[in-house]
Amino acid sequence: MYPKEYHYTKEHEWVKREESHAVVGITLYAQKQLGDIVYVDLPPAGKKFASGQPFGSVESVKAVSEIYAPLSMEIIETNKEVSERPELINEDAHNRGWLVKVKVTNESDYEGLLSSEEYEDLISQDQH
Amino acid sequence: MGESSSELKRTPLHSVHVESGGKLVPFAGWHMPIEYAGVVSEHMVVRTSAGIFDVSHMGEIEISGAGALDLVQTVTTNNAARLAINQAQYSALVYPEGTFVDDLLVYRIAHDRFLLCVNASNADKDYEYIRSHASSSTDVRNTSAQYAQIAVQGPKAIPVLQKMTAFDLLSIKYYWFRHLDLEGEDVIAARTGYTGEDGFELFCKPEAAAHLWKRILEIGAGHVTPTGLGARDTLRLEAKMVLYGNDIDQTTTVMEADLEWIVKWDKGDFVGRSVLWEQKLKGVDRKLVGFEVVDRGIARHGHEAYINGNRAGVVTSGTFAPYLKKAIGLIYLPEEFSGVDQEFEIDVRGKRLKARVVPTPFYRRQK
Repeated sequence: MYPKEYHYTKEHEWVKREESHAVVGITLYAQKQLGDIVYVDLPPAGKKFASGQPFGSVESVKAVSEIYAPLSMEIIETNKEVSERPELINEDAHNRGWLVKVKVTNESDYEGLLSSEEYEDLISQDQH
Repeated sequence: MGESSSELKRTPLHSVHVESGGKLVPFAGWHMPIEYAGVVSEHMVVRTSAGIFDVSHMGEIEISGAGALDLVQTVTTNNAARLAINQAQYSALVYPEGTFVDDLLVYRIAHDRFLLCVNASNADKDYEYIRSHASSSTDVRNTSAQYAQIAVQGPKAIPVLQKMTAFDLLSIKYYWFRHLDLEGEDVIAARTGYTGEDGFELFCKPEAAAHLWKRILEIGAGHVTPTGLGARDTLRLEAKMVLYGNDIDQTTTVMEADLEWIVKWDKGDFVGRSVLWEQKLKGVDRKLVGFEVVDRGIARHGHEAYINGNRAGVVTSGTFAPYLKKAIGLIYLPEEFSGVDQEFEIDVRGKRLKARVVPTPFYRRQK
């Protein structure tokens, strides 16, 4: 359920490492907690964020949640499809529901992220 | 919040909700299902097919005896004398200041016997308040524990329920009710609801609730879906039905809440009448209106509104309306700014979102 090749954060973001950039989204667990997502707020291309800084938000019928930069990054592109159809995050959080493509400005930040096993451990503790 | 689930009251359907995967949360002192499949899908099912709700947490107060009608007339704003036996009305239980003790449904069971359906968190307070106005010829009882309540709402609600009784349900008009046999269980079937849809609210004995719940789902398979309090809240807001504790309370008057239609001036004196009458003559300072958010984002309960840079009110209810697909809400605005199309701003986590007063109800079903 949680792709092995992805990296994760305690705040329930995922990072997919590509050759020249990375893709960031929120996890299956996060979208389940939020429920029906109706708005997504994402920054424009070119904006830079330090690791841990909020860079956008997703809002569901029930609640709003900030999304934090999993690593130091600069926005290359936002997912237009998700802005128009936020429910895509509920439907496919780990793939078509991606949020931003970023240039990672500090490669060593990857070391602070969780593996899929570590993340699955974390959420299994959360559930009870 | 802060309440552990063991201290919370449980409805007779509690174990049924747990078994069926409902997500249970503390609500008004009860452990209640907030959602099953998700708020949006449950909301849409009620608008297009039917939903079944456990509303057993609601309170019931029964008033009987020679002074029953007088008592109901004294403490509530609507005219209970106009009720025929088996007829119900929406009303307000009021303080001398014209503010809400509660909002409620008044059912006339017999000439001198009324059943009041009140909010769960207010049942004890309402009971004490009503009793304090009662004469010795009137019996007031808090009978909340004697009833479970199941609501079946939506366009498919009546066709499904009709398969469970020989009684012609369509002969019961909107806001009327009957004692009848439903699958062998004795129920009070009231054609009322809190969703903006047609349907029934069924009062039954607690021990009959699980059987009825399961049978309605079996007979309504493919049409009826369990629905939680989350969707109940978005449904009632689309229909602009107010929620005690959010939109109305002991600080807001019936006139400010724009509910003059439940105030009957010609019925004789009642608690709060003079204050409310003065507000009718002089007008109110603030009025509850519906709004939609023009910008992207959801205004929620507690968010503050601004007009020309001045604080103008606080959002009492706000959500994303799943059927209308926009963010809507209710707010008290100064009377001079309460007209349709009035624009204002709402501070949503530090961001000012543009909003506009719109006609209500936001949603009205096709009849």
